Amino acid sequence: MSTLDDLVLEAQSAIGSTNDLQALDDVRVRYLGKKGLLTEQLKSLGRLSAEERPSAGKLINEAKQAIQVQIQARKDSLQAARLETALQSESIDVTLPGRGDLSGGLHPVTRTLERIQTLFAQIGFETVTGPEIEDDFHNFEALNIPAHHPARAMHDTFYFDAHTVLRTHTSPVQIRVMEEREPPLRIIAPGRVYRCDSDLTHTPMFHQVEGLMVDENVSFADLKGMLESFMRSFFEQDDLKLRFRPSYFPFTEPSAEVDIQCVMCQGEGCRVCSHTGWLEVLGCGMVHPNVFSNVDIDNEKYVGFAFGLGVERLAMLRYGVNDLRLFFESDLQFLKQFNV
Amino acid sequence: MKFSEKWLREWVNPPIDSARLVEQLTMAGLEVDSIDAVAPAFEGIVVAEVMTVSPHPDADKLRCCEVNDGSAEWINIVCGASNVRAGLRVPLARVGGVMPGGFKIKKAKLRGEASFGMLCSASELGLEDSSEGLMELPTDAPVGVCLREYLQLDDQVIDVDLTPNRGDCLGIAGIAREVGLLNQCDVNAPEMPAVTAGSEQVFPVSLQAGDACPHYAGRVITGVNAAAETPLWMFERLRRSGIRSISAIVDVTNYVMLELGQPMHAFDLNSLDRGIEIRYARQDEKITLLDGQELTLDEKTLVIADQSRAVALAGIMGGEDSGTQVTSSDIFLESAFFSPELMAGKARQYKLHTDSSHRFERGVDYQLQVTAIERATSLILDICGGISGPVTECLSEQDIPEKQAITLRRERIKRVLGITVDDNLVSEGLHRMGMQVSAAAEGWLVVPPSYRFDISIEADLIEEVARLTGYNNIPNNTALARMTMRITPEAEVGLNSFRNALVNRGYQETITYSFVDQAIQKLIEPNLTEIELANPISSDMSVMRTSLWPGLLQAAKYNLSRQQDRLRLFESGLIFQRDAGEVRQLSRLAGLICGSDQSEQWAANSRTVDFYDLKSDVEQLMYLMGADRDVEYRVTSHPALHPGQSAEILKQGESVGILGKLHPAVSRQLGLDNDVYLFQLDMAVLEQGTVPEFKPVSRFPAVRRDLALLVDEHIEASAVTAIIYRHSPETLKNLQLFDVYRGEGIDYGKKSLALGLTFQRSSSTLTDSEVEESMNSILSFLKQEIGASLRA
Repeated sequence: MSTLDDLVLEAQSAIGSTNDLQALDDVRVRYLGKKGLLTEQLKSLGRLSAEERPSAGKLINEAKQAIQVQIQARKDSLQAARLETALQSESIDVTLPGRGDLSGGLHPVTRTLERIQTLFAQIGFETVTGPEIEDDFHNFEALNIPAHHPARAMHDTFYFDAHTVLRTHTSPVQIRVMEEREPPLRIIAPGRVYRCDSDLTHTPMFHQVEGLMVDENVSFADLKGMLESFMRSFFEQDDLKLRFRPSYFPFTEPSAEVDIQCVMCQGEGCRVCSHTGWLEVLGCGMVHPNVFSNVDIDNEKYVGFAFGLGVERLAMLRYGVNDLRLFFESDLQFLKQFNV
Repeated sequence: MKFSEKWLREWVNPPIDSARLVEQLTMAGLEVDSIDAVAPAFEGIVVAEVMTVSPHPDADKLRCCEVNDGSAEWINIVCGASNVRAGLRVPLARVGGVMPGGFKIKKAKLRGEASFGMLCSASELGLEDSSEGLMELPTDAPVGVCLREYLQLDDQVIDVDLTPNRGDCLGIAGIAREVGLLNQCDVNAPEMPAVTAGSEQVFPVSLQAGDACPHYAGRVITGVNAAAETPLWMFERLRRSGIRSISAIVDVTNYVMLELGQPMHAFDLNSLDRGIEIRYARQDEKITLLDGQELTLDEKTLVIADQSRAVALAGIMGGEDSGTQVTSSDIFLESAFFSPELMAGKARQYKLHTDSSHRFERGVDYQLQVTAIERATSLILDICGGISGPVTECLSEQDIPEKQAITLRRERIKRVLGITVDDNLVSEGLHRMGMQVSAAAEGWLVVPPSYRFDISIEADLIEEVARLTGYNNIPNNTALARMTMRITPEAEVGLNSFRNALVNRGYQETITYSFVDQAIQKLIEPNLTEIELANPISSDMSVMRTSLWPGLLQAAKYNLSRQQDRLRLFESGLIFQRDAGEVRQLSRLAGLICGSDQSEQWAANSRTVDFYDLKSDVEQLMYLMGADRDVEYRVTSHPALHPGQSAEILKQGESVGILGKLHPAVSRQLGLDNDVYLFQLDMAVLEQGTVPEFKPVSRFPAVRRDLALLVDEHIEASAVTAIIYRHSPETLKNLQLFDVYRGEGIDYGKKSLALGLTFQRSSSTLTDSEVEESMNSILSFLKQEIGASLRA
């Protein structure tokens, strides 16, 4: 039977020397194919006696299996090598940039407005809008600012004619909403407003968000709480301090000016807050009874509060923008900074 | 209102420092804008008298002086100021003294002559921004006394930015009242006793417009020395309040105004004709004011007149030739109350704004007139001498704005402020504010004082109660509200969806001014009637935009000139048009592209954008609102667009916008070198989208057939697709135009359109013959309607 062992050894060496799958298959055919050397051996079993046949057959089968195992192993290794070569040839520079373009972005004012709207939507404030060319009644009269009132001098108004102006604030939207709807009301009114003023810290157009809540039981304490909650959410600072100062707006009474602790220096005093530690951010107050009367809301049944905040101011503080005029220059180098 | 802190502290002096005082004022609603030292730090500077002046032996412009600084011996000083002269009293910086900024004075030699100190100008001491020559001190300035002490320079100027409701604080007395209230301490007003008349001389006053001037007080003072020098203390207080010294008498009237809040006027008695009349101007009556300008008045303007002419614009400004001069010997003092209703807008009407009109517009205490005239009289007698006559008072009782009692309800305070305020705090606090407070059934009856014009209803009192409590002592509560939801139409596509779609396609949002340059706008929209501002801020922002394009084009130009050559910009907002006299404010969304189709990259070749790049973006927006087959693009013409590359966008036949290439001629006029493509959409229509509606999903295979059609060049693709849609069975699920070809193999004047049609049925598989039948039918309609044929 030494021939059989020799055959296996011979096959082993043949398998080992193959370098590709085709050569390996040739080896397989030579040993295990229909006319292969081992197949020939099996055929020769017929010449043996019935007693010898089983043990000889077993030996031949073992040899056959041994060769099969080796062929399979060689096959696996050749396949792995071929894949490896293929993978190597297919490797690319993954540091090259991807195809196509990135997205653009929203204007920082829009971004800020959306953030403000989202926060107020959490507590049920609906967003409403109004015209920008306003009549004297909605912009002034209905808001308790009669003609020649000294408060009109606080608004550098753009006029079209004696009765038509560019709205100087978003407060007229309050009036329009109260004219059309019955309390309870919870609205914010974002939008463009205009003042005839242009210098380092004023642009003739800017954005405000007006807020109004009218219900049977809302108070100045509630207004304070809501604004505190808003400012803390907006600046993501849950210990942000606010202070309320008596002020004057003809359409609210009591009226207050609201300062927040400077978000740049945490109230330590810096250039942004003129070393006071405080930043003036909005005006607010309880709706003046004359305003309710002007829109036929019952002063005894309802109480309301209103506030108005400057969007650019908040955007500047939030993102650290140091020049108001940048917002309206359309400079892509500026705008693209807010795409993240 | 600017004032000296020392002056205020003479009236009321709470035991708090300046910083605390300023904070108190701000927190009480009298916002302090600034607090500035009256003089910078310096030391070793005293009042000195120049005794002798002799020429410098070696320098023409220098003088050698001997100066008495109060010490035993005169000091030699070399001085270059042109106004140095013997007898002059000036500030002297002694050797060892320190000037503002820290410069130390040393013994020096100037051109060989020793100098032991320096005579100073006002600007060298930081008292004025610029000054000429030495600072001349009054002739009675005490030699040897420290200048800081003499001029009371250790003082600060507080500038309070008063809101229009607090006219009562436009005087030291009012500020002092507020500070006293805040600190619960007494206010020590200077004694202002009535001056006993030294003569019987009066000047007749006739009050003819009691509604406008319910109270008028006048007084004659004769034999005054109007040329007398204003005392230093008064001069300094006026200066610290930002008021220039004019003459002793005018200074007194200004001083009383700053002190008490009562504007006053002093006439030269001898320039007045017979008697004073307080009356409305005659139509077109003329007056020449103190500042020299002549005004033509209307009948609603109140004047102070004598028997021949108007001598003052009441409450605003005096006339030119009737005011006190330094040569005046007899004067007539006026102290009046003009009603705020009359004064409202009057100064502005004549483009004037004076300290006087500022106060009268906001309301002056109507009980103050006599006190003020007594105060001014005694100051004038002190400074200028003279003999005063009795006060002439004219009153129109029924026009005095007597304050009505206001009911203040305990329950209302709680409801508005959200807190319960202690009864005593309310009644005592309001009382301290000068109000008459009495108990009433539900709270109190309150009569405000004559100087508070901002308190007329309960809400005004509630604000005072809040101020008394301290705004920051009111808790921050959480509002309670009913939790109801609003029905929100899903079909409405919000502006933010459109914005986000554009952002995702690489667009950058911009915000430009709503007013634009008329010339540029006319170039873009020559046919629309624009709305013009009456008072634009500049000529290039003078009309309201009728389109968003002028702003976008300017933004494009701005960036193109800053090395940004690939632009994708959009803006949303209102545009404004006048249409048949009506102002229309319409919501628009507009975009602009130019430059390459993609940013520079290694993996693809870029090309310059064209119409179809822009159209794809527009189609995306249309897709968002569920419009697909019912959107049409129709050739249109627009003054700003290329006539062969512009289309109107229609949704179900209604125009919703326009897109196209900027007209090359317009482009050139705007100075743009690049091809620019623009769109503008009407948001009102666009926001009306649809709610998705389910259709069964077919489980049977789809069949696709391609068509290569030959049509005449002028046939629009939409005409072809419209025919196919119109004559297709329901089973047509998709129609795709995938090639347009002209050139080799195609006759000139023809083009080939390749279309893919996908058919599918939801109930069963389509047979080949069914599809063939549909295709044959479609093809025959195409032949029949537009002469199309199959490409060989």
